[in-house]
Amino acid sequence: MSITLNINGQDHLIDVDPQMPLLWAIRETVGLTGTKFGCGIAQCGNCTVIVDGNAVRSCNTPVAAAAGKAIRTIEGVSENNDHPVQQAWQEFTVPQCGYCQSGQIMSAVALLEKSPDPTDNEIDKAMAGNICRCGTYPRIRAAIHRAAELSKT
Amino acid sequence: MKHMNLTRRSFMKITTSAAGGLAVGIHFPSMAEASVEGAAAEINAWLTIDPDNIVSIVTPQTEMGQGAFTAVPMMVAEELDIPWENVRHVYASANRHVNNDNLYTTTSTGGSTTVSRRHPYMMQAGASARERLRVAAANRWNVPVDQVTAKQGWLTTEHEEQGTIQGTYGEFAAEAAAVTLDEEPAIKAYGDWWLLGRDVPRLDVPLKTNGTATYPIDVSVPGMVHAAAMACPVPEGRLVSYDFEAVKDMPGVIAAVELQQVKEVPAFTDLRSGVAIVADSWYQAQNALAVMPIVWDYGRGASISTESQMAEAMQLISQPGALVLNEDGNVGRRLDRGVNHDAVHGIIEASASQVTGEVYYRPFETHATMMPPCAVADVKDDRVDVWTFTQDIARSLNEVADQLGRGTENVFLHQTYLGGGFGGGYNMDVHRQAAAISAAVGRPVKVIRSREEDIAQDSQRPPVWGTYKAALGEDGLPEALVTHFVGDEKFPAFSQRGVANMPYLVPNRRHEYSAVQNHVPIGYHRAPGANSTGFIVEQMVDELAQAGGWDPLEWRIKMTEGNEPWQRVLLAMKEKSGWTTDMGRGEGMGLAVVASHGTVAGCVATVAVSRRGQIFIDKLDFYINSGYVINPLAAREQAESSAIWELSHAMFGGLVIREGRIVNTNFDSYQMMKMADTPPEIVVHMEMSEDQWWGGLGEPTGPPTPPAVANAIFYATGTRVRSTPIANAEL
Repeated sequence: MSITLNINGQDHLIDVDPQMPLLWAIRETVGLTGTKFGCGIAQCGNCTVIVDGNAVRSCNTPVAAAAGKAIRTIEGVSENNDHPVQQAWQEFTVPQCGYCQSGQIMSAVALLEKSPDPTDNEIDKAMAGNICRCGTYPRIRAAIHRAAELSKT
Repeated sequence: MKHMNLTRRSFMKITTSAAGGLAVGIHFPSMAEASVEGAAAEINAWLTIDPDNIVSIVTPQTEMGQGAFTAVPMMVAEELDIPWENVRHVYASANRHVNNDNLYTTTSTGGSTTVSRRHPYMMQAGASARERLRVAAANRWNVPVDQVTAKQGWLTTEHEEQGTIQGTYGEFAAEAAAVTLDEEPAIKAYGDWWLLGRDVPRLDVPLKTNGTATYPIDVSVPGMVHAAAMACPVPEGRLVSYDFEAVKDMPGVIAAVELQQVKEVPAFTDLRSGVAIVADSWYQAQNALAVMPIVWDYGRGASISTESQMAEAMQLISQPGALVLNEDGNVGRRLDRGVNHDAVHGIIEASASQVTGEVYYRPFETHATMMPPCAVADVKDDRVDVWTFTQDIARSLNEVADQLGRGTENVFLHQTYLGGGFGGGYNMDVHRQAAAISAAVGRPVKVIRSREEDIAQDSQRPPVWGTYKAALGEDGLPEALVTHFVGDEKFPAFSQRGVANMPYLVPNRRHEYSAVQNHVPIGYHRAPGANSTGFIVEQMVDELAQAGGWDPLEWRIKMTEGNEPWQRVLLAMKEKSGWTTDMGRGEGMGLAVVASHGTVAGCVATVAVSRRGQIFIDKLDFYINSGYVINPLAAREQAESSAIWELSHAMFGGLVIREGRIVNTNFDSYQMMKMADTPPEIVVHMEMSEDQWWGGLGEPTGPPTPPAVANAIFYATGTRVRSTPIANAEL
């Protein structure tokens, strides 16, 4: 079935099983590999993308459900790796193995767009769907607060 | 080609670089983030310098978040004396390493050894290159070599007639490659460092904030197909039959490939009996595999469960086990722990002040690296290319060659970033699967393990049970102590580490062990052994202290008298932590100290427990004595990481086995720590002994964290938590 996906402002006409998870359309059909596979059941957040402003787990979102919506992936966060969240992530050397970080960053970007100066409690809730096996949580928290600061200036 | 063992003396034998001196060929895969541009000269196998004075330093170890890709270049650059901004890191060629007598000594990446054990020859590589640059400049300028300095990328001399002459390393690199040194320089001592010891942000961080870091799962090869594989869900079991006819017409399906296990009981890294579906996409392969009828012979494992292992362990632990004398490998002095061991039982029986411990238990845990195991293989008649989840590129290259029955000359195993390792990248067969499937279908193939298959097939951390009996002397300290730990039959050493060789000196000491039947493959799991035994030993110590009327910190200080590395940690805790066992109702402070990987790591945990038994870990305070620290920033990051990693298992983890299968299937049934569960305050104190050594830092803060928390829960509630997950404890 032909489906048009709008990813990072660009339309992609693809011919896939409409039930295929959006994740595989992004990674394998369109070829944007920054979004990662972790569990396939929306429990780890590695696959997080932003669909119409909301952080969504692409591993269990059927591709048909994302047709015609504005999808943002890690590749669309900034041209030069300098979105305030990316700057803060670099300043606090957040990533270790890095595999979960695309998902962490997408959740953080979605949070800050809704709540520009989040409390720790809001951060806990917004980031509850993202697992980091390296345990970078303390730096993620600090970096989200820092990104909020950077966004104001 | 000459043999190039990088021992200090053998540098002298290397008169030109492997490729003849110029424009070489450090191999790096097309998707590597760094590259050598222009005509770069290879000074030795570890580095090339291009005409713009950019130095590319080879890293044989894998980068899995622990910082190897920064630490290795730092050690080489320290000696080479080149500005850090001029340093690039590049992947080592596993092919070159394997086919040149282990050119880089080892590519293994585990045991917290990249800095602690590898620094002598890595620093030597930088020092040797620096000296050869000086000789090359002396020759061209026609001055004695001792009048040439090499500093921050510049070679300089004061010439009698021409005054100051300078040139960059890059200008002399090609000539330096041809220099033979009469004698290799010694590496620098601590105190002479200009780069090591500074906070250096890890080089790979920016690649990991925009999705450009490449992991095996991101690799694509023209013509590549995709595979989903399944091994017997009961380990050691075997495939009997499968019905490909039932799924061959499903969308995208290309073929089924049987994965053939050669040995009756496979080694941890052998290909396990199973079957794979190959399709145009992984989604299609996985869908077909999920519904294909498969018949298995489950083997002996089908009668093994968590309950059967528990019953067996409890039976074994109630009777004497086999005597273990001691295992070396601890920090500080080597001590004989098997002191007067034949008399220990008798002394305890005769004592009027016996202490009898209950049984402690840590269950199986799995690695669950964020990237599920994945490999890409392109097997051609004349060449094999593989990208895979591995913590040892050479070992995996050899295994691929073995799988295909080929020599290693034309097998290329390319490094990528790893989405976590934690020891899981050793006892792994995903690269063998990919090679076998690619060979069978004659096309490049990518194998991705579903998370369910990952957890089912991982080489797991084994369970450990432990108990003790002691007799106390008049001073309340143990006069005799027998410990009995039960591990699994496949890797019993993991139940001994940190117990047989514990640092607490008891005059009459005996350690015994037993092993339960186990069919589940076993792997290294960040601080293997110590991560489970530390939980038991460090609570036993608190119980012994309490029974003898001692404060648990004072008990440890007394029982390690003369052991300077431990004393430094314990005395720092006493001075800085605000230590108390009396915080008031519902709050508690607990401590634990465990030595692993050449490092002594102590943790003081502060917890609050609500009336309903909910646990809040308010603070973790670490005191770490690892000797030298080359990058304090990365050291703190690793300390936090190991602690959260192990606390995650202790609080929420634990695998359950039923009829031989692992019941936990994914992150809904194998819980782990998330943002909200993370202690709000984690403090890391680095306590360096004056008598220095090199200890590891990738793992040691894990083992003391759960027992510190459990001890804190005891002081908060009066309840001792003797098994994990702690979150299940009735408080």
